Amino acid sequence: MTQPFLLDRRRFLLGAAPAVTIAALGVSACSKTSGHPDPPTYSPTYFSAAEWAFVNAAVGRLIPAEGTGPGGLQAGVPEFIDRQMELPYGHGAYFYMKGPFRSDSPATLGYQLRYSPREIYRLGIAAANLATQESRGQAFALLAPDDQDSFLERMEKGDVRFPSVPASVFFGQLLGNSREGFFADPLYGGNRGMLAWQWIGFPGARADFTDWLDQAGRAYPYGPVSISGARA
Amino acid sequence: MAERKKPVDAVIIGYGWTGAIMAKALTDAGLSVVALERGPELDTSPDFEYPRIADELKYGVRGDLWQPLAQETVTVRHTVNDVAVPYRKYGSFIFGNGVGGAGVHWNGMVWRVSPEDLRFRSHIEQRYGKAFIPKDMTIQDYPVTFGELEPHFDHFEKVCGVSGIAGNLRGHIRAGGNPFEGARADEYPTPPLPAIYFGQLFDKATAELGYKSFPLPAANSSVAYTNPYGVRLGPCNMCGFCERFGCFLYSKASPQTTILPILADRKNLEVRTGAYVTKILQDKTRAMATGVSYIDENGREVVQPADLVVLSAFQLHNVRLLLLSGIGTPYDPGSGKGVVGKNYAYQMSSGTGVYFSEDVEINPFIGAGAAGKRAIDEFNSDHYDHAQLGFIGGSLILAGGTGGRPIEQMMLPPGTPAWGTGWKAAVRKHYRHSAPIGTLGSVMSYRDRYLSLDPTYTDAHGLPLLRITFDWHDNETRMAAYTASKIEEIVRAMRPEKQATMLIRPGDHYDVRFYQSTHTTGGATMGSNPSNSVVNRYSQSWDLPNLFVYGASAFPQNFGGAPTGLLAGLAYFSAAKIRDTYLKSPGPLVPA
Repeated sequence: MTQPFLLDRRRFLLGAAPAVTIAALGVSACSKTSGHPDPPTYSPTYFSAAEWAFVNAAVGRLIPAEGTGPGGLQAGVPEFIDRQMELPYGHGAYFYMKGPFRSDSPATLGYQLRYSPREIYRLGIAAANLATQESRGQAFALLAPDDQDSFLERMEKGDVRFPSVPASVFFGQLLGNSREGFFADPLYGGNRGMLAWQWIGFPGARADFTDWLDQAGRAYPYGPVSISGARA
Repeated sequence: MAERKKPVDAVIIGYGWTGAIMAKALTDAGLSVVALERGPELDTSPDFEYPRIADELKYGVRGDLWQPLAQETVTVRHTVNDVAVPYRKYGSFIFGNGVGGAGVHWNGMVWRVSPEDLRFRSHIEQRYGKAFIPKDMTIQDYPVTFGELEPHFDHFEKVCGVSGIAGNLRGHIRAGGNPFEGARADEYPTPPLPAIYFGQLFDKATAELGYKSFPLPAANSSVAYTNPYGVRLGPCNMCGFCERFGCFLYSKASPQTTILPILADRKNLEVRTGAYVTKILQDKTRAMATGVSYIDENGREVVQPADLVVLSAFQLHNVRLLLLSGIGTPYDPGSGKGVVGKNYAYQMSSGTGVYFSEDVEINPFIGAGAAGKRAIDEFNSDHYDHAQLGFIGGSLILAGGTGGRPIEQMMLPPGTPAWGTGWKAAVRKHYRHSAPIGTLGSVMSYRDRYLSLDPTYTDAHGLPLLRITFDWHDNETRMAAYTASKIEEIVRAMRPEKQATMLIRPGDHYDVRFYQSTHTTGGATMGSNPSNSVVNRYSQSWDLPNLFVYGASAFPQNFGGAPTGLLAGLAYFSAAKIRDTYLKSPGPLVPA
């Protein structure tokens, strides 16, 4: 199997510095802007209150409400991440986790830390909050959106030192899970109402294009369905 | 004390494609056969049922059908002087797990090698001179010809209901097919699926440049089809959940959808899942295999005696089991002596993103692993003159995505922000209006690229992991750059808004973090004598004549394409010889 195209993302993640400046917006991502009902309230199982505040704030900047389409908070991405932490994935069960751990090996040889995803969050959030506390006098979630963005940029580039999990590793984990929560089937708690699928035009779990095989070049007209059978 | 099972005529290690092929062949011949599979039982129902299978996170990202790396993985290093570290998370390649093996989650691309791929060293030496091949390049010829394998390629294509168009039918070049393929005795069993829209754009652009594009041969049947064993497949609906997934529609060929249904009630076949083979056993004189030792699903050690041992696990696992069993001489890159682990190779891939304006509706979610795609073969193998190019080999160039699944397959131009409003704007702009052109490029074998046991890391049972020593050589990066320049010309003819090619450049190191290809090859190569190979032309071990080894581990180097067509052809070729000669008079089929 081959999708060499995925190399794209490597160049892109390693090479490009985001050149976005986002106007400071104090908008709550949960505000009723697109006619969707308020998302149900969700109480985190894994994350503490302080961690939950961080995850919500970070997701709100990684996939912001402003601009085109839904935001990550509206789509339930934090709930997705919290639920993942309690699954075998969160505990690192999908990974080979035997030592010795040689974290000095070349980055091209892949992840070599001893931490499971849930440990990465626990250590990463604590380190991030400590760093913003020192530099700005506040936890990350309390910073202005502009300041949150610039701190996220520093984590992304590894320009801020964390004591255990490197900032760029934590950032990669957070961004990866945020995209997963945005685009995965709603059964995992994110992509609420299939908002992300509707927005980009992905038909979700339809998984049958017999009726469109001879319609090449014409936009596929049907909205998404989910694994549970919901339509949007 | 290990439990000792009743002896059987044959034991099969690994129940994927070649395991299923051999299970049929050996039970057809009346042998009592036990097939051992380390993973679970898997079947279309209930394991691949719609709608649960249409779950990108579970199957496409987490990989619930893949071998759990926590149990066993490999280690990787770039050079013989480095310390290898474990492949802890999936990236570069993906192992199958369970009945059907990687034949469950594969792309379904059934590719025939070019005739010259099977005699690549001789071919290159004859055309360009001996000095054209670098000294550290250890490529060699297969000890079997295209003509000998053709009937078996043909049979496998019919077993799978492969959809395609013949380009060379008994020497006649036919419009619409691949004019570079070796002569075929017969047409593909089912017609190609309709080209996806991007495939049509590719057809037009390549035609303008004088290339002959053709439907990528796909083990996705295009019609209701009954294979030679009487097993029925249904037409593919291009669902977009193909590679990395099991097929819910009985369209993509897998052992489950083509061979296993007729084996289900055979009294002389027993399939044991959850059986993790740790060793191929030998007699005291190390002249014969006597069976295998495995750990069953309850953690008990079991010995299964057998007169014939079929090693049909994944390529890397085949090599590891030979090394763990002490069969053959491990390869030593210092002296160049030894053969087990020698000539490990991989696939050189590049990707070109083609970004159209928003009035071009690509519908990227309509796709399947190989079906609906278009390809050109002009720059593959030795189909073009390499005299002035400074490299050998080439790439198959393929157009089209496989499902536009938004977590894994979101295509955005380089330079796009990875998050924030800039990322959102790019997602909205490009998702439905972009498509990839990919390559499957050859990788030669080299003296310093090989497989061995890792000295440090172990599997869940405490046995050494396999260690991969691999990095790119200039021959391959030059080849990739040349191919990419041809792709860029094709894309320009499509007049998109933007294009961007990502390729591995000279000096780039092999990067395990990103999926490239599961086409890992070599390590138990096929050759003309015991000093250059592990098995003979019939896939028979030179060391133990009652051990047969199947899979891409036999490839002396890798070609531009996909391995399943060739490895299945080699298995059927071997099966015929076992039936006609070996079973009547067991012993070496080729004098050493």
